[in-house]
Amino acid sequence: MRSIIPSQLVRSIRYIAGRIGNAARDLLPIVVVIAIFQLVIIRQPLPDFGTILIGSLMVVIGLSMFIQGLEMALFPIGEHMAHELARKGSLFWLLVFAFALGFSTTVAEPALIAVSQKSANIAAQGGLLDNNPGTLNRYALGLRLTVAVSVGAAILIGVLRILLNWPLHVMIIGGYVVVMLITVIAPEEIIGIAYDAGGVTTSTITVPLVTALGVGLATVIRGRNPLLDGFGLIAFASLLPMIFVMVYGITVFGI
Amino acid sequence: MDIISDLVVILIGSGRDLAPIIVLFLFFHLVVIRQPITNPRRTLGGMMYVYLGLSLFLAGLEEALFPIGNIMASQLTDPEFLKGSSAAVDLGNWKAYGWVYVFAAAIGFATTIAEPSLIAVAYKASEVSGGSISQWGLRITVAIGVAFGISLGSFRIITGTPLYLYILVGYIIVVVQTVFAPKTIIPLAYDSGGVTTSTVTVPVVAALGLGLSAAVPGRNPAIDGFGLIAFASLFPIISVLGYGQFAQWYGARGKR
Repeated sequence: MRSIIPSQLVRSIRYIAGRIGNAARDLLPIVVVIAIFQLVIIRQPLPDFGTILIGSLMVVIGLSMFIQGLEMALFPIGEHMAHELARKGSLFWLLVFAFALGFSTTVAEPALIAVSQKSANIAAQGGLLDNNPGTLNRYALGLRLTVAVSVGAAILIGVLRILLNWPLHVMIIGGYVVVMLITVIAPEEIIGIAYDAGGVTTSTITVPLVTALGVGLATVIRGRNPLLDGFGLIAFASLLPMIFVMVYGITVFGI
Repeated sequence: MDIISDLVVILIGSGRDLAPIIVLFLFFHLVVIRQPITNPRRTLGGMMYVYLGLSLFLAGLEEALFPIGNIMASQLTDPEFLKGSSAAVDLGNWKAYGWVYVFAAAIGFATTIAEPSLIAVAYKASEVSGGSISQWGLRITVAIGVAFGISLGSFRIITGTPLYLYILVGYIIVVVQTVFAPKTIIPLAYDSGGVTTSTVTVPVVAALGLGLSAAVPGRNPAIDGFGLIAFASLFPIISVLGYGQFAQWYGARGKR
């Protein structure tokens, strides 16, 4: 017993250190670029340097804990469900699963939480929303749920596309046309955040899971080329949020 | 001490943020699959990690990532800094903000080249294409697309021109390229637009845009502030399609 515990401890410390190293690598390019600009071009002390340093540490540790927790709790459940569904062979539950995967990985996306909060604050500063915490939180939550539903719908459509072999480029180009048409009637203040929502949704958590789903499906179904059919799920996940968020903007702010 | 009191507020908030996913998760387990959770202690532990990790991340974001984007925007647009050697600067003129474009491009390129999701996708792409799509080729192509995109997006914020015009032109370019590009690169190109912006990059870039729109005279953050991330998602599509076209042309030339 005694000899086991230290080696386990060493292993788990090494593991956690590795995780934090991964998260730090995410932050490193930003640190390098900003350091160069501060030292060579701006040549001014960075205000609140201490706070920023502590904050960056919190970001790194928080992100690594978050991903670690997902791998412990969410991913095994997801894999388990995918397995069960494949065994059942039911199209309906596969589509429900596709939707749930898109929805749940997006609703907990940290960047989306941050940006929707920011968007609520900006809208309040611009006098579009009442500046009280209740209204702002409702708006931010509504924005997040809208985006999450749209990503769920996007993954669902993407899976249908792989199953039924619909042409990707026709659908994407059709989507672009819809984006442009809605832009004409959407309120000006929602357009920026709506266009951004497409890029915010598909980050750290969503991409690996969704790409794996797509390539996996295309590999399993006969007559599908993983390169041609497996990719393309993320494209929908970047496109549909723009449309849904603009519709959300129309319902909140009016035309 | 501020950080600690903020953290408590955020702990309460992120409980609410995570509630929908937990409800969904329980629903699936109890109603759809109707099986007990296989390893409840591990799952509960993972949930705690997710909860604490998210709270720490969001607290750190307020202290570090948002301020950094904001500070860079205000320092690079500071009239004192812009003056440099010349005596007078016209703050309404987009040419005055040269370093902003350089910074935007640098941050876009650096974060994209190191982006883990892009590395994963590039690996998958090179694997399933049998090596004809090189990992580094794809990563550099996407990074150039993002660098150009964020730089052009900063130009849009500074000039205050409408966002949809740029996106419309970008879409038209994508559509035309789609017609001519080799078929296998198309889904990959469409996807690469989405994988560029990671959880760490998005707040910095968003804050840069909002900071710029607040600092440049005559701009309104509510209208001009957002949109940088959209540029970062659109331009990689163009650059990857271009890469595919170039590879095809190069390959065809080699055969002759």
